[in-house]
Amino acid sequence: MARAGAFPIGHAALAVAAILAVGLALAPGALPWATAYPAAWVVPFDAWIGEGARWLTREAAIGPFLVKDLTRAVGAVVEAPVVLLQDLLVKGFAIGGVSVGPVSWLGVGALFTCLGLAARDSRLAAFAALTCAYAALLGLWDSAMMTLALVLVAVVYGVLAGVILGVLAFRTARFRAVVDPVLDFMQTVPVFGYLVPAILLSGYGPAAALLITLIYAVPPMARVTTNALQQTDPEIVDLGRMVGCSPGQVLRRVLLPSQRPRLMLGVNQVIMLTLNMVIIASMIGAAGLGYDVWQALKSLHIGKGAEAGIAITLLAILLDRLSQRFGALRPDHHGHARPFIHRHRWVLVGVGLALASTALGVVVPAVARFPADWTVTSGRFWDGVVDWINIHGYDAISVVRDSLFLYVLRPLKEGLLALPWLGVAGFVAVLGWALGGARLALLGGVLTAFIALAGQWEKAMISLYLVAVAALLASLVGVPLGFITARHPRLRRIAEPVVDTLQTLPSFVYLIPTVMLFSVGDFSALVAVVLYAVAPAIRYTDAAVRQVPAAAIEAARAFGATRAQLDCRVVLPLALPDIVLGLNQTLMLAISMLVITALVGTRDLGQETLIALSKSDPGQGLVAGVCVAFIAIVADRLLRAWIARRRARLGLEP
Amino acid sequence: MIEPDRFDRYSRTEGVGRSRRASMTEGEKTMIATMRRLVARVGLAVALAAGAMPDDARAQVPESAEPIKLVMMGYSGDNIIMLIYGKLLQKLGYTVEWTPADYLGQFAGLETGDLHIGSPGWDTTAKAALKAAFDTGNVLNMGKMGIPVQEDWWYPLYVKDVCPGLPDWNALKEPGCVEALSVAETSPRARFLSGPIEWGGHDQERIDALGLDFDVIHAGSDGALTADFVAAIKRKQPIVGWTWQPFWLPTLYEGEFVEWPAYEDACYDDPAWGPNPDLAYDCGRPSGEMWKTSWAGGEAIWPKAYAVWRAFQLDSKTMGELVYRSDVDGVATEVVADEWIAANEAIWSPWLQ
Repeated sequence: MARAGAFPIGHAALAVAAILAVGLALAPGALPWATAYPAAWVVPFDAWIGEGARWLTREAAIGPFLVKDLTRAVGAVVEAPVVLLQDLLVKGFAIGGVSVGPVSWLGVGALFTCLGLAARDSRLAAFAALTCAYAALLGLWDSAMMTLALVLVAVVYGVLAGVILGVLAFRTARFRAVVDPVLDFMQTVPVFGYLVPAILLSGYGPAAALLITLIYAVPPMARVTTNALQQTDPEIVDLGRMVGCSPGQVLRRVLLPSQRPRLMLGVNQVIMLTLNMVIIASMIGAAGLGYDVWQALKSLHIGKGAEAGIAITLLAILLDRLSQRFGALRPDHHGHARPFIHRHRWVLVGVGLALASTALGVVVPAVARFPADWTVTSGRFWDGVVDWINIHGYDAISVVRDSLFLYVLRPLKEGLLALPWLGVAGFVAVLGWALGGARLALLGGVLTAFIALAGQWEKAMISLYLVAVAALLASLVGVPLGFITARHPRLRRIAEPVVDTLQTLPSFVYLIPTVMLFSVGDFSALVAVVLYAVAPAIRYTDAAVRQVPAAAIEAARAFGATRAQLDCRVVLPLALPDIVLGLNQTLMLAISMLVITALVGTRDLGQETLIALSKSDPGQGLVAGVCVAFIAIVADRLLRAWIARRRARLGLEP
Repeated sequence: MIEPDRFDRYSRTEGVGRSRRASMTEGEKTMIATMRRLVARVGLAVALAAGAMPDDARAQVPESAEPIKLVMMGYSGDNIIMLIYGKLLQKLGYTVEWTPADYLGQFAGLETGDLHIGSPGWDTTAKAALKAAFDTGNVLNMGKMGIPVQEDWWYPLYVKDVCPGLPDWNALKEPGCVEALSVAETSPRARFLSGPIEWGGHDQERIDALGLDFDVIHAGSDGALTADFVAAIKRKQPIVGWTWQPFWLPTLYEGEFVEWPAYEDACYDDPAWGPNPDLAYDCGRPSGEMWKTSWAGGEAIWPKAYAVWRAFQLDSKTMGELVYRSDVDGVATEVVADEWIAANEAIWSPWLQ
């Protein structure tokens, strides 16, 4: 990065700022208040926010109604589809006094298989059948259906909310200026920071689960929507106007459909992130696979936890692939010539099979409910695997762990903690100025200083150290892997499901075995964060390398470049902006894992939110959460400014 | 006096008219449930303002068909307690729903009436959260479970080989013992594996006061604590850490609690007390209690169910056996609860009177 000598002023200023920062660290006696932030200067943001949250959730009223009663009434309406689906799939319900059982497991399986066929993908149909068979055979059927009901509704809401927010942000710049930082907060403030206020406002159960899921899953959809609309070819819009569309019609009939492939990327993210939240959702009353994972791991039944975790992953992949296939189907312009029954034959067959098997289930119990005697479990086997590694591999593992701890982690942590807060804030400001001008300088400096002001400096530095080391390790692993998969399509076909699994398997599933093998502490946290955050490094690198224009490569070859020269001088520089965009995502995911790392004993901002939860102190939790968001925002803006500069220099799109 | 009366009649007709209810859509049902909760809360407020409770509350059981929501926090012992209580309520005709909830997160639900009966809160790990919940006035303290809770330094039996003299705490001062218990992170000091920092416990103070060569390493959650502990036990690595009873870990693995100078209030308050004349905390921990909790608003809706919860008591021995049956014998918690109910009618039938 430093190679880019485009802004010499920036370089000089950076050097000065860095010397200043280190100098303050080396001479702590000189300006003690600039080194360690004085406790007496800490602004009690937590007390103010805590009081505000208490008032809002307990006393605030609009007219004769308490705010919380109003929000809960809304919540009851919003969660109604979840309750309905859960009755349909698990609990059964009554029609006109006659109680009807839930749709049979065989019927749901048949319906999903037929949906795969309707999407004209027989392999997907087979995958759907396998997923359903897995859930039934492992005795996870009811849990899987409870989760499916919640996830389906959450995804629909998430996509709708995301598209609406994205369109509004596209239409009015002022709205975008407001909504952009809000989306950052939604994605990065750890959920434990706002769990209690969220419960008080929305009620325990599906509504609260939907709320926290949407907070986490909507931002990428909104961003993707705005981006997609901005990148639409203006000629398409003109065409729409010319044929006489109203502005609304242009949006619905022209703009959104023309950007469908890009929007589907947002849908993919909503599905993945929604399934990511099912464990946290189970802590606030949403029964299902998340609860199974959580309960199994609490008793260290690792195999059982893994089985339920894999069911979550399979469900995520199934929903994602189905939605992607349907999204990619070209609209059938001749369709109206064919009869309805023919066009939707597979969907109709699926629904018919579901109804028929449910009816058959009244007579044959095994069709209605998968018999408990038929279920199997591989739990003991996986417990055995972890035990075996623990007993036989521990010595080797502990050598790696201890040396990394002694020679890398501890010095780095102590170094970061010794840095003076004023120096760091100054350095960030100068860096911002060099990369993006005065506004970025102001933003970086103020947000960094806020962390000190709020009295969270030390914990923030530990968070930063964890996130930085994890992001570095993830890119060291992910970028080369991405290069390799871009070159070898066969390897990519193997890597893709692995990457999907890493992104959707609940981190709890590997967190507990990690602790068993690496003990509590920073190292276990790092392993878990790297596993989760490596996915975008691989994905973006792969895409970036493949998108390098073939003409550039041909030209270099024509000049007689060797393979190594080609990679270093042509492919890497051209792909770099997109690779760094992936690293930015890696960093963001690493930051979003801070909430999990606290569970294995790191002493960072994530831990602060957990402590706040135990003390029922929403102020403390939110302040720590906001500090996490500030770290993320500063890192994100700096990286993006660098990418923009780099792109401009390479003559790529602005 | 009028409001609660009307409210009671409302709940009763509701029970009779179940088939009418069944014909509604789920959305309507949910909205009605919310409205009813609002009405119930208004009714309760008026009743409290009038300083009176419904006169005929005990007239008919169950007083309401509205489901009573019981918290399931995921541990075998706590889940069995909730299963036994819920199944007893079902015998009385109540509709019971077992709802998963986080141990500490449950209090927000109990405060608002989304959850009705809490999973017992422990003095040792939820003191602050319990107090905050009781202070809102919306969560009731339903009394002690009757099971004293022990939480302290615990070790698997084989640690005695490297620290001869245990369970007496002086054995932890021997250099050989300290060396055996040390790890890279704490070296040359020994490691004490503690719970999440928010559980408290005064272990650093205890170490300072008694002159031990230990570092406190906090696990961030109960799950991480047990994972680290069990992994060490399986590879027979010497370890001393925080455990509690009744709990599956000390039930499943052989071990003992460290014996400190016995706790007295003076030990924590008065530095002069105990072996170290200059510092407090030179003793073991106090044993705590398990507290039963519930949503205050439910008292008016299901008075009988609340009375049963107040009467509900289990002793440590029973609890230990139930946990053993579940975690060592591998019997499902539901079955454990059914077995206990079938075998102990003499114990629980007075609770239902």
